[in-house]
Amino acid sequence: MTTAFPSAPAAGRASAGPWRTAARVLGRNRGAMASLAVLVLVGVACLLAPVYARDVAQTDPFTSNVAGTVMLDGRQLDIMQPNDNPLHLGLSPIGPTWRMAAYPLGADSQGRDVAARLLYGGRNSLLIAFSAAALCILLAAGVGIVAGYAGGVVDAVLSRMMDIMWAVPVYLFAISLSIVTVTQGLRIGPFTVASDNLLIPICIIALVYVPYAARPVRGRVMALRRSEFVTAARGLGVPGHRIVLRDILPNVTGTLVVLAPLMTALALMAESALSFLSIGVQAPAASWGTIIQDGEGLIYTRPMVAVAPGLAIIVVVLALNILGDGLRDALDVRDGDRGRG
Amino acid sequence: MAMAVLRRLGQTLFVLFGISVLVFLVFFATPGADPTARIAGRNASPQTIARVRVEYGFDRPLPVQYVRMMEKLFVTRDLTSYVNRGELVVPEVFQAAPVTVSLVTGAALIWVLASVAMGTLAAALRGTWVDRGLMMLGLVGISIPVFWLGQVANLLTQSRYHDSWLFSWVPGLGYVPFTQDPLGWFRALVIPWVTLAVLFVGIYSRVLRADLVAVRGEDFMRTARAKGLSPARVLLFHGLRTSMMTFVSLFGLDFAQLVGGGALLTEVVFGLQGVGRLTYQALGNLDLPLIMATVMYSAVFVVIANAVVDMLYLLLDPRVRDGRA
Amino acid sequence: MDADAPPLLAVRDLTIALPVGGRMVTIVDSVSFTLGAREILGIVGESGSGKSMTALALMGLIDAPGARITGSARFKGRELVGLPQRAFRTLRGREIAMIFQDPMTAFTPVYTVGWQIDEQIRAHGRVTRKDARVRTIRLLGDMGVPDPARVADRYPHQLSGGLRQRAMIAMALSCNPSLLIADEPTTALDVTVQAQILDLLRRLRREYGSSVLLITHDMGVVAETCDRTMVLYSGTIAERGPTGAVFARPGHPYTAALLDSIPPLHGARPARLPSIPGSPPAPADRPAGCPFAPRCGYAHDACAVRPPLLPRGVQDIACVLPAEGRDLPARCVSA
Repeated sequence: MTTAFPSAPAAGRASAGPWRTAARVLGRNRGAMASLAVLVLVGVACLLAPVYARDVAQTDPFTSNVAGTVMLDGRQLDIMQPNDNPLHLGLSPIGPTWRMAAYPLGADSQGRDVAARLLYGGRNSLLIAFSAAALCILLAAGVGIVAGYAGGVVDAVLSRMMDIMWAVPVYLFAISLSIVTVTQGLRIGPFTVASDNLLIPICIIALVYVPYAARPVRGRVMALRRSEFVTAARGLGVPGHRIVLRDILPNVTGTLVVLAPLMTALALMAESALSFLSIGVQAPAASWGTIIQDGEGLIYTRPMVAVAPGLAIIVVVLALNILGDGLRDALDVRDGDRGRG
Repeated sequence: MAMAVLRRLGQTLFVLFGISVLVFLVFFATPGADPTARIAGRNASPQTIARVRVEYGFDRPLPVQYVRMMEKLFVTRDLTSYVNRGELVVPEVFQAAPVTVSLVTGAALIWVLASVAMGTLAAALRGTWVDRGLMMLGLVGISIPVFWLGQVANLLTQSRYHDSWLFSWVPGLGYVPFTQDPLGWFRALVIPWVTLAVLFVGIYSRVLRADLVAVRGEDFMRTARAKGLSPARVLLFHGLRTSMMTFVSLFGLDFAQLVGGGALLTEVVFGLQGVGRLTYQALGNLDLPLIMATVMYSAVFVVIANAVVDMLYLLLDPRVRDGRA
Repeated sequence: MDADAPPLLAVRDLTIALPVGGRMVTIVDSVSFTLGAREILGIVGESGSGKSMTALALMGLIDAPGARITGSARFKGRELVGLPQRAFRTLRGREIAMIFQDPMTAFTPVYTVGWQIDEQIRAHGRVTRKDARVRTIRLLGDMGVPDPARVADRYPHQLSGGLRQRAMIAMALSCNPSLLIADEPTTALDVTVQAQILDLLRRLRREYGSSVLLITHDMGVVAETCDRTMVLYSGTIAERGPTGAVFARPGHPYTAALLDSIPPLHGARPARLPSIPGSPPAPADRPAGCPFAPRCGYAHDACAVRPPLLPRGVQDIACVLPAEGRDLPARCVSA
């Protein structure tokens, strides 16, 4: 399906006009603005993770601390405590204390501060999500523009390739790519990418969603190519690369901008899923997905370990989706493909 | 119409071939370590490695390897797992399939019913707080990671409220075959069904509402009202029936993708021994042949299911049937 | 028509205003007319003149949020303005039916034409599926549809434009409505099919006893079909009267200009048809005076005040010219 992005095509180039109008519409959208605020807030909090771990909680969220203790209301408490069951068999990590400096969200099975891991995990999750989305949109823009503009055989080949990639269930595709890289990493000529490098999940997630993002871009470019101003430019003998750069690209930007939050949300979901399956971010590094995985064994005794990162994911993804809706309304971009998690 | 079917069939075959090449390349041509070591599993003996090299033809060029692999997967079906001491992989996948199908079918039923109800209600009450509330609810549903929701569901139904009247009927995690105990099957699957359905209720209700709102402006909707039909009839018989087109094509894709592996996370969380959980276990012990088999069979299933949905589409939309739209 | 009988439809000062960008804009301004039994009234005007809005208001189909409809429209003595939707629903389709411009998009694409006609019949009476289909096939046959039983089982996209419009009319007539509103029924059709459809509309009053409100922008269609004509310009009535009189002695310069733009049927064709310069004002910025003044060759100082609709012979004309004794020249009528 084609997208409608009025007013810009007439000018042939995106002037400040439509963007300013869009910004104004977006600014009036309270939901979108609140979402933006939430995203900034979460981002800043995660960036401050080292500050929290070092200066507030004074813990190291990456090493096991099962023998440690914590001061709470002047009392020294073991981090690993006897279970609540009648016989006090086994040990459970300490639960949420709700004190900023003393395991506010409790500890995980290795006695590490969940709050600190949540912040560090957020850094990885968000870094991967944003990078993967950016890379994916970059690739999709390339594929979509080339396929849509060149048409003919090039389009047919690229489109079929995208069809084939999209026919493999997204998560299975990502899992396959992860499993072959997670063991030994990647070796491309002289370059070696270690298996715990974040580039691996970033590239994998970006790659598997390219067909999804390329489709609306291709549709938009095809519509533009048939539009009068491009026909006119071609008639005047303007070289192809100039048309793409000066006429097509600025007009596709709206589609790409609307895709950005949506792809980030999808990437965040994919990252957490892969990490949950322990083929994303590798221990001892954390991401929201790995923390949920850590919390699986504790779900009945210390649910907060898994619940907190889940809530973080929900808040961020929800904010991204609301922002995406707002952007779509503001830029008046409609596409045929709908959000799919 | 016969022409359209044939065309679609040719396309399907082409995509099937493409997918098999893609999956093959992912597993055997990704730059990095020797695929022999990957197949043989961790700490394999030199003899095993040597056997694998000959068996899969890793000493031969890629096209030969491809043909060898496809033969093992689809013709002789004797792909064996080296991690699991020579267990045949393909039958294992087929044994797990009913669990996955049970899970996805039930969830699909729930999400179709719930999303049609939500989307239609929201469209009928467009602009009211009911509409906004339902759509927000849908968006929240889209934003919840399914494996987390499953854990929370387990927390509530297996632990926190398991002793209350609310969830005392929920059996422990695991699957009960339908043929063995239909009621047990149902009880074991209700919570997984709902969990899996949440995301799709969100997506579908939002898509349906948008479609219904868009269709309101169509001429035929005005005609239907001008005929003196009740608003409910106009919305359901004319609006909803027309919007069902998008809905069905979307549904086919998602259903197939879920059966083909998308339900993996749900199966893992609820301990349902389906194809997805099989894949998950293979991930744990790096049982590459098994993963390859599940991925390949899933992809094949998805492609075939898509072709079937397209045929259904022909039945549903008279315009497509005549090759006009 | 019988002048003593109470009119089927009496519209007085119908005014429709819609909120546009935060303020109310009057789309239709104090339109009044009557329609007798078995009469065909043509409402003519350019797009945006408010003719379709008037029709939708009579059908109770204006559902833009915040729309304000005032004045009166009495149908068989029953007030339509302010009638609740529930009551409208029993009128729609049964007493007042409507056919639309584009028969391609006016049928729901996923049902057969017969199914859709059956649906209307069954919506307004206890009729079995089978009886409804019998009536549908008879109606289609009456509308000149060849092989009606087969056509009833076809989907809209499988029929030609002419057949679709016939099916549309059959559907509109399925409950014997007293009033049929036809909104540009021939605009989307080929010229030859147009003539057949207009012929069909004229026959309706004889065979079904329906009155017709024919909405069009085409003076030629009016000349062929309508007993009386009402010319709308920018939401107001420019002129109304018996079709013959209006065509012979147009009293409003706008009517005259519209007539000038029909190609003559006889005699030498002009090299190019005259067109009216400019375009009608948007409803939001209508001038205070005569709305046609900016485009009118006769405009003068008196046009700064909106002219009332005054009788002149059998016609009513909203122009200062007749009162000033400056009638427009009479024309030879080709219709």
